[in-house]
Amino acid sequence: MAGARRRGLLLGLVALPAGIAWAQEAPGLEAAMQGVIAGRPVEEAGIALRLPAQAENGGQVPLTVAVESPMTAADHVVAIHVFATRNPTPGVAVFHLSPALGRAEVQTRIRLAEDQRVVALAVLNDGRIRRAAAETRVATGGCLG
Amino acid sequence: MTTTPALVPLAQPRIRIPRSAKPGEVIEIRTLIEHPMESGIRGRQEGAAPRDMLTRLVVRMGGETVFAADLGNGTAANPYHVFFLRMERTSDLEFTWTDERGRVARATARVQVG
Repeated sequence: MAGARRRGLLLGLVALPAGIAWAQEAPGLEAAMQGVIAGRPVEEAGIALRLPAQAENGGQVPLTVAVESPMTAADHVVAIHVFATRNPTPGVAVFHLSPALGRAEVQTRIRLAEDQRVVALAVLNDGRIRRAAAETRVATGGCLG
Repeated sequence: MTTTPALVPLAQPRIRIPRSAKPGEVIEIRTLIEHPMESGIRGRQEGAAPRDMLTRLVVRMGGETVFAADLGNGTAANPYHVFFLRMERTSDLEFTWTDERGRVARATARVQVG
């Protein structure tokens, strides 16, 4: 495992453009998030994103998104988008919710390539957007295999 | 290559769900399906594993979609999902996973309400 990491590091140094790309946020991240937000105001409340502060295995990181919502026909969450800001491709998943759920909470396990910030965007039925973010340190990246 | 290997069926998914609920009760549902979720990106330097991804999970109650997930590269291998469902009446649930090659895995469950 340590050997693979060292090899990855050396290759990163040789392949400079790739190294630079990895030091920044994932390409397409901003466009993908703006595609969801679509110019609407973003609230930073009423949503919780839970991740471990430190993940031993970046290949299996538990994630919970919970949105405060009565989940009624008149007032509910329609979608939750999850982005890993420093993965080679930032899209983790999009969850489509309905009032039948009764509770706007989803748990899954995600793959993180390196230390990074994860962002969740919730879209409500009236078009409001809620955003939460969490930082996770990753001991072994989820892309090394 | 002129031939493609035959597709093996997807693994049988596992569902954890209560068999019964009180009217209006919100129940927890856990699902797991064994799948490598190879993005085709992983281990690029050392000969990439070919892309092999589940793309969608759809959950229907009484035929109506109540929950769905579009799975991206950041979803971990052996996709695991927990979500909640408010039970108003006895219902049949159907869980369907689809992969990029059109393979489908299904599971069903009935929750008795009363």
